Amino acid sequence: MPTAKPLPVNLSNEQIDEFGREMDAIYEETLASRGEKDRLYILRLIRTQRSMALGGRIFIYLGLLFLPAFSHALASWGSALIVMALGVVMLGIAKILENMEIAHNVLHAQWDWMKDPEIQSNTWEWDNMSPSDRWMHSHNVVHHTWTNVVGKDLDVGYGIMRVTPMQEWEPKFLMQPIWFVLLMLLFEEGVALHEQVIIDVVEGEKDSKELRPVMKHIGRKVWGQVRKDYIMWPLAAALMALPASMFVSVSPISIFLLVAVANGVANIIRNVWAFIIIFCGHFPEGVYSFTPDQVEGESKGQWYLRQLLGSANIQGGPLFHVLSGNLSHQIEHHLFPDLCSNRYPELSPRIQALAARYGLPYNTASIWRQFGTTWRNNLRLAFPGGKMPPKIATV
Amino acid sequence: MYTKNNEDSWLNRLTTITDMFAFPLKTSHYVELVNPLWTTHKMQAQVVEVWDETKDSRTITLKAGANWRKHRAGQHVRVGISVDGRQYTRTYTISSPPERDDGCFTITVKVIDGGRISRHIVRNLKVGDYIPVGLPQGDFYLPDASPIQPLFITAGSGITPAMSMLRSLIAQQRLPDSVHIHFAPNEFDVIFARELRQMTEQQKYYHLHEVHTRDFGEDKQTKAYFSLDQLQRFCPDWKERDCYACGPASLLSSLETVWGEAGLSNKLHIERFLAEFSQVPSDAVGGKVRFAKSGIEVEADSETNLLRIAEDAGMNPPHGCRMGICHTCNTRLKSGCVRDLRTGELLNEVGAIVQTCVCATAGDCELDL
Repeated sequence: MPTAKPLPVNLSNEQIDEFGREMDAIYEETLASRGEKDRLYILRLIRTQRSMALGGRIFIYLGLLFLPAFSHALASWGSALIVMALGVVMLGIAKILENMEIAHNVLHAQWDWMKDPEIQSNTWEWDNMSPSDRWMHSHNVVHHTWTNVVGKDLDVGYGIMRVTPMQEWEPKFLMQPIWFVLLMLLFEEGVALHEQVIIDVVEGEKDSKELRPVMKHIGRKVWGQVRKDYIMWPLAAALMALPASMFVSVSPISIFLLVAVANGVANIIRNVWAFIIIFCGHFPEGVYSFTPDQVEGESKGQWYLRQLLGSANIQGGPLFHVLSGNLSHQIEHHLFPDLCSNRYPELSPRIQALAARYGLPYNTASIWRQFGTTWRNNLRLAFPGGKMPPKIATV
Repeated sequence: MYTKNNEDSWLNRLTTITDMFAFPLKTSHYVELVNPLWTTHKMQAQVVEVWDETKDSRTITLKAGANWRKHRAGQHVRVGISVDGRQYTRTYTISSPPERDDGCFTITVKVIDGGRISRHIVRNLKVGDYIPVGLPQGDFYLPDASPIQPLFITAGSGITPAMSMLRSLIAQQRLPDSVHIHFAPNEFDVIFARELRQMTEQQKYYHLHEVHTRDFGEDKQTKAYFSLDQLQRFCPDWKERDCYACGPASLLSSLETVWGEAGLSNKLHIERFLAEFSQVPSDAVGGKVRFAKSGIEVEADSETNLLRIAEDAGMNPPHGCRMGICHTCNTRLKSGCVRDLRTGELLNEVGAIVQTCVCATAGDCELDL
């Protein structure tokens, strides 16, 4: 059955159905081949991530021992900051791995098939201010079902940005280059507040009372995160510095601040990286957005087609793919959101070839091109107008 | 006991604080990096020894992790086994006595014909592996106080609870007059054979009768497992004894008949394991769908998805995309069988995850909704 308004492709409905069947076949074949190797992958990854998180915290603490106040041969601000920076980077990478390659994918139910009670989508809580269950709703349900449908998918501009000319211009979008940078730095907080109900209240469509239960739930999670990074770890360091402060001139307060700042920087490293990767998924040049009448009565084949046209990949090596949570394979992820992510790289050439056979584009490029055009679009679309992608999508 | 509780709450209070450092995980998740046996968020055991009892059965010695509690002889334990990346839960009787004081316990597993999990345990589990375990459970154990005279009737790997009980009684040096009738295909198929024969020599109150149901070289069982005549012959005073039995379902049902007819059902204690799998109906017809938490039961056909069935019955279970991608509607299968409408795959394992928006019932099913 055709949708009310056709998709921007030069294919008959029969061809689209066949395209969908080929996608289904790839999906089912890969599902059936999951096994012990995949289990070992995720178990080792989780182990590595936790060791790195712990290691990062330890290095930040060790850095404090190199402060000039301790007046040993190696003590200087330089060496203290180098050791702490090492810890900060480790902690930042641990948070990146946890949020992107582990939690994002676990929460997509990619690992539910193992039936390991420790790695289940309904019990996993991630190292992020957003509570897992809220995020699963806004992400799995809203974003993945309504991918790039203007007015339905909250991820199209997150309610504060104009990312496609299909969104009507309003004067508030003149501010969006500033939101862009702010959201990059505070991405974690942005994700936590990524809720339809908040937008409704801000736009005056709902009463602020309706916010209370959601905000209470989010608040509890935010408090847990803040307490860990900005109270407990800095406080423990300050308490350890207390006896030392009797003999050397270190102030427990500055120790507290140093550790809190180090943890803050680790969080920002994760925020900036996650923002860059995620914005490259749907907003670079050549990605399509859709209107609600293009998805009404959509068949499975048309759904696959929309996911393909509405997503973009980033090229890179294996380490880059792991660090991006395999969201560098955004196309494969959107086609098969509950397939374990370590399989996306092997599917990529097959999807690319399939798209080519049907004369469809497969949007993949370096991170410089993808993020560059995202940034340029953001600046351009702050003003009225803007260039639409071609009417008919071709290779 | 008082001091122990005190210690617990002191440790608990400390853990509450250290958990704040690990949020949203627990301290235990990081302790696991050092030693998986010290975790408290899940219990694990390490394989420390494997020993072949017969050609197709093996005793696995497991070192239990923190929070393990001693079992009572005859109790069983759930273990999680990963095969091809998927974790399966199986229940096995603990074959070692609770008197064993090195923090270890044993399970003795026999390969079931066509059983992938039992084969994996017997052939592939290695010394050093960690496996998730539950706490000892079950009410198949000897009473503490009353001096009873037990009659054990066991077959094949059903000997394990009896073995744990006998070993325990011997360790406590209070073995009462006991009769043990054990069935096995051949002499060399008897699990714990050496120890049984040794016990026969050393324990004057232990009377073992081994029955071998096959002649040497035969593929099939030729002699009956059990008859009343045989029972009268081996244990003339069986009516005065408390019988503890474990073995295949056919043996247990004939025992139930004999004890039932004698009006002595209360003297027969049976250990049987519930089937982990439901029967797959031969044709994919509809059937009754029961929503356990809501207490609703409705008829459904084999094509309508279970989410729709629930909604038509007036429920509002969690759901999202309605096309099987978001997993908001995941629930668990409590019994029966369902079919994935996309692939045609049948799910019949108790506890399997069911995506209600893309699954329909196959025969009857019960969901945790």
